[in-house]
Amino acid sequence: MVSRVNVPKGGFNFDNYQRNLILQQNGYSMPKATKTGTTITGMKFKNGVILGADTRATGEALVQDKNCPKIHRMAPNIFCCGAGTAADADKVTDMVASQLELHRLATGRESRVTTVLATLSQYLFRYQGHVAAALVLGGVDVDGPQLFSVAPHGSTDKLPYLSQGSGSLSAIAVFEERWRENMERDEAIELVKDSIKAGIFNDMGSGFNIDLVVIEKGRADFYRNIETPCPTIEKIGNYKFQPGTTAVLSESFRNFVTITEGDAMDIS
Amino acid sequence: MDMNSFLPIQVPWTPQTATSAPKQAPSFFPYADNAGTVAAISGTDFAVLAADTRQSAGGNYLINTRYQPKMFKLSNGSVFGTSGFYGDATTFLNRINQRLEWYRHAHDKEMSTPALAQLISILLYSRRFFPYYVRVLLGGLDLEGRGVVYGYDSIGSYEACLSRAVGSGGKMIQPFLDNQIERKTQTGILRAPLTLDKTKTIMRDAFTSAAERDIYTGDYVEIFTITAQGVNVEKFDLRKD
Repeated sequence: MVSRVNVPKGGFNFDNYQRNLILQQNGYSMPKATKTGTTITGMKFKNGVILGADTRATGEALVQDKNCPKIHRMAPNIFCCGAGTAADADKVTDMVASQLELHRLATGRESRVTTVLATLSQYLFRYQGHVAAALVLGGVDVDGPQLFSVAPHGSTDKLPYLSQGSGSLSAIAVFEERWRENMERDEAIELVKDSIKAGIFNDMGSGFNIDLVVIEKGRADFYRNIETPCPTIEKIGNYKFQPGTTAVLSESFRNFVTITEGDAMDIS
Repeated sequence: MDMNSFLPIQVPWTPQTATSAPKQAPSFFPYADNAGTVAAISGTDFAVLAADTRQSAGGNYLINTRYQPKMFKLSNGSVFGTSGFYGDATTFLNRINQRLEWYRHAHDKEMSTPALAQLISILLYSRRFFPYYVRVLLGGLDLEGRGVVYGYDSIGSYEACLSRAVGSGGKMIQPFLDNQIERKTQTGILRAPLTLDKTKTIMRDAFTSAAERDIYTGDYVEIFTITAQGVNVEKFDLRKD
C-alpha cells in the first residue's frame, strides 16, 4: 500500500537553504551556533586511557554554559570528548552511541574503539567539515587501550597523547614536557588535569571545571568536576530587594470559577 | 554603539559565497580590539572608576597580559579610563597629557575636570574620519567638589552621567548600574545618596559578575577613587580562566 503521508526518512532538511542564502545576500545575518571553545585531551597510561575536558561553552564573547559536560559515554568501555560546534559534537556522539547500543544488543559483544572511530570519521567526512565536531576518542576493548582523535573533516590520528579545541596548544605543551610511557594511574590523572588547566588559564575559550574519565580493562571511572581550579568569587554586597520594590501599575482580578449557592457536597 | 559603524574602512575579509563578488586580497586594517571593560560611577563628593586589567588580542582566545592598567590619573581631581585599541589609547593619553602640560604652562594651574571633558571631546572629534579606536570614560570632581563622570563615543559625543560602563563587558554591567545607582526601576525605597563604600562594593560585584560571563574580562579589577583627598587605587582578584 502506498502511504499518503510523507514520513521523514531522517537526515538533514535543506528546505530553507536557498531562502537563507537570499536573506544573507540581502544583509540578514544568520544566528550563530554555540561553540564549545574547548580544551579536551587524552593520554594512554600503564593500564588504560584517560580523557579530560574543561566545561566552558561560549557564543562569541559570551559564556553560554559554565558547566557543560563535554565527555560523552559512547559505550561502557568507550568515551569521547567533543569540541567545536556544541550541537554537532553532542548529536554525532549521541547518534553513534545509539548505533553501538543496538550493535551490542544484536551481537552480544563488547563495542570496539575502531568501530566508533570508523563510524565517526566516515560520517564527518561525508559532511566535508560542515558537521563541525573535533573529537578525542578513547577506550579499552579486546585490542587493549586505544586513543584516537578525529578532526571535523574526518581525518584521524592514533597517538599516545593528544588534545583538541582552542586550548589544544596550551594543553599539548604540558604533555610534550611531562608525558612518559607506562605512567601510573595517579600521576597520569595529575598530568591530564594539568593539561586541561593549561587550557583553562591560557585560552579564553576554555574555563571553569575539569571533567575526567579513567578507562581501564573492565572498568571506567567518570569524575564529573574533579577539580574547580578557578572558583567563583563571592559577591560582597547584598542585592535582596524589599517586597514592593517593583511598581504595581495596574491590578485586575477575575473569577475563573463561579461559586453558586446550593447543597453541600456529599462527602460521607 | 557598534564601533565598526564609525570606521571609514570596512572589516576587510568576509566569507564569500558562490554567488557573491570575486575574492579580494585582504586590505590593510589599522585597528585591533584589545577588549576589556571600564566602568565609572559619580557620587556626591567622589567619583569611582574601575577597569579589569586583562589585555587580549581580541577576536581570538589569546591573553596578551593579565596586568595592563586601562586607567590613568590625569590630575589630582580626574582619572581617565579606556577600552578598545590599546595602541590608540596610549597615543590618545599622550596627546591629552601634552595638552594638559601646555595648559599648566599657559595658566599656571591644573585643568578642571569639566574643561578636561571638553578637551577630550575635541581631541576625539579631531580624528572624525580616522577615529581613535577607543571608548573613553572620564571621572573626577568638578569645581564645586561634586563627583562627575563623562561618557563618550569614539568620535567625541559626550555627556555627564551618574554611571557608565563600556567595553567588552559594558553591556552586562550597565543595566546593573542603572538599577543599583540610578535606581530608576525601584519604587518605595530610601533614596539616600550612595556612600563611597557602597559604591565601591557595587563596582567590585559588577566586575566579578561580568568576569563570569564575558571571556575578555578577568584577572584583576582596579578601582580608582577620586575624592577631595586625591586619587586612591585598589586592586582585587577576578577569575583568571
